[in-house]
Amino acid sequence: MAEGQEKAAPRTDKGLMGVVNWFDDRFPLMETWNYHMARYWAPKNFNFWYYFGVLSMVVLVIQLLTGLWLTMSYVPSGEGAFASVEYIMRDVEYGWLLRYLHSTGASAFFVVVYLHMFRGMMYGSYRKPRELLWLIGMAIFVALMAEGFFGYLLPWGNMSYWGAQVIVSLVGAIPVIGPDLMEWVRGDFLMSGITLNRFFALHVIALPLVLVMLVFVHIVALHHVGSNNPDGVEIKKNKDANGIPVDGIPFHPYYTIGHDLPAIVMFLILFCLVVFYAPEMGGYFLEKPNFEMADPLKTPDHIAPVWYYTPFYAMLRAATYPLFGIPAKFWGFVVMAGAIVVPAVLPWLDRSPVKSMRYKGMISKAMLGLFVICFFILGYLGTIAPSPEATLLAQICTAIYFAYFVLMPWYTRVEKTKPVPDRVTT
Amino acid sequence: MMKSRNLTRRTLRTITALVTLILAPTIFAAAASNYPMEPITPNLRDQPSLQNGWALYMNYCIGCHSLKHQRYERTADDLGIPHEIVLENLVFTGQKIGEQMTTAMDPTLAKQWFGAPPPDLTMVARVRGTEWLYNYLKTFYLDESRPLGANNKIFANVGMPNVLQELQGIQTSECIQMPKIAENGGEMRDPLVPGQVITEERCGQLVLQEGTGLMSAEEFDHAMYDLTNFLYYVGEPSRLERHRIGVYVILFLIILYVLTFLLAREFQKDVKH
Repeated sequence: MAEGQEKAAPRTDKGLMGVVNWFDDRFPLMETWNYHMARYWAPKNFNFWYYFGVLSMVVLVIQLLTGLWLTMSYVPSGEGAFASVEYIMRDVEYGWLLRYLHSTGASAFFVVVYLHMFRGMMYGSYRKPRELLWLIGMAIFVALMAEGFFGYLLPWGNMSYWGAQVIVSLVGAIPVIGPDLMEWVRGDFLMSGITLNRFFALHVIALPLVLVMLVFVHIVALHHVGSNNPDGVEIKKNKDANGIPVDGIPFHPYYTIGHDLPAIVMFLILFCLVVFYAPEMGGYFLEKPNFEMADPLKTPDHIAPVWYYTPFYAMLRAATYPLFGIPAKFWGFVVMAGAIVVPAVLPWLDRSPVKSMRYKGMISKAMLGLFVICFFILGYLGTIAPSPEATLLAQICTAIYFAYFVLMPWYTRVEKTKPVPDRVTT
Repeated sequence: MMKSRNLTRRTLRTITALVTLILAPTIFAAAASNYPMEPITPNLRDQPSLQNGWALYMNYCIGCHSLKHQRYERTADDLGIPHEIVLENLVFTGQKIGEQMTTAMDPTLAKQWFGAPPPDLTMVARVRGTEWLYNYLKTFYLDESRPLGANNKIFANVGMPNVLQELQGIQTSECIQMPKIAENGGEMRDPLVPGQVITEERCGQLVLQEGTGLMSAEEFDHAMYDLTNFLYYVGEPSRLERHRIGVYVILFLIILYVLTFLLAREFQKDVKH
């Protein structure tokens, strides 16, 4: 906190300052505030893509609050869960609002997190010295996927049941220990109220705790290394006489109020349009078979996960060859898990002399473009019933998805990059 | 438009008589159908339609299909019917106004009769959609090959009897002469006889024997619209309130956006680029 510290004003203990000082003598109140807000120097050239970090936090708060209130009326049991959700929808005052905020929030969470991750990939935000920041972010992503998965079983609708059944059965495809492990995960011989109860415990206690702690650590790491920016220029390399980065502006108020606040309100407008006028989002946010209670004897015609898992689900189904005497289902699981965690090694795959896509060469731009296109195609394929053509397309897209990562050490080195400016541009 | 209790008793007796004849349990099997569907637009503001739909439901459906997530009181209030009238005319089980709309049918017996207990229909409109429901209700037909003597065009080999037959009349699936359709979509006409339509035999067409039901075809269509409309309401009773509150929330946020945008702009003026 030495840099940028101006000469302290004489201490006054009158009025509000007295209260602040009382706390400051016992707790690093102003120090923390300054370190993270008023004297956290953020690059002045943030653009549209820099909204999604703060929006992720907004959605996290929405989920924590609505989740807390939903828990007050939800009954975590095989017999009571489905009816309790309808009780919330009908008999609890504004219960429908809480439930739709939470279900829409789940989808919104993935929208903003995917865009936040794309921003990082585009501007090289994972590059040194932000490798650990990126890894913590990946841990948040994996925890979020688990949180969404456990939460999706809780309404105990038929798609909840069969969706969870499909994913849990992947454990059973692990050679030798699979079947026993699957039974241990479910806590029963089939998906049952016991499974529901442990998923509930994980969804409302374990994972929210992990998520909140990881988000805290993510912010601490971010404020230690400083934010990247669309140019990928380190603003700390260029400081004025007071030790303040020349291209930095105080995070508060210039980003809190001057940049993020209207964006948060705009996000809430879009969010509320969905909550109030399209909470089912045509069956993508709330799937139709989930309005029927879980039935172990009645498999839905077509089991599809919610949209945010469909790219990975398509990759799971794209593995159709058994290898080394192990069924294709297991390899599908390996491909899916690999696809989820492979972005974690990006800091060590990118060998480009520049960080930002603005100064990278054509191959990097083309590969990122292809990666995004394939992610969307896979997302669509994951929602439809499998067919030979769809499987072939999914296999091609899966190959391109992994090629983006595997070939990165090569294409980032051979391509011609543009010169990076000394200062950030606008 | 409230139906009498006798009607319900008669319907229940008919069902009971039919099902006791059948000892072999039948399995419910939904098969995709390509029977042409008539479109439908539900209207939650049409209270007479919803009221009539509720009356039809309580007279023809609740005997087997519960609406167990929905309460009488909430429904009465939303549909604008005084509690006394509801208790007098629509609650046949002696339940209180605050109770949920359960069915009197014993699920264990129902399973013996039908192979599976008739499903709860509180959310059927959300699962199937209103268009499916409306067309399903209208396309029951006589089929002696089925255990309960009825089949359905939208839900092939449906496991329930045609309980609406006394209203609609007898409907059968026949091969009939119909106008032949040209490649361009128009009806084909005989070039030699002006105005003469060329027909072809098409099978699986529904034919209604007029005068066999209590309602005319048009009245029955209206009744089924009302029933579908009611099930649409029951699927999500707070839909109208959601739409109403949404307007205020969005308006508030738009005003807040303008204010925060102007505030943000003042701060951005400080930033030198």
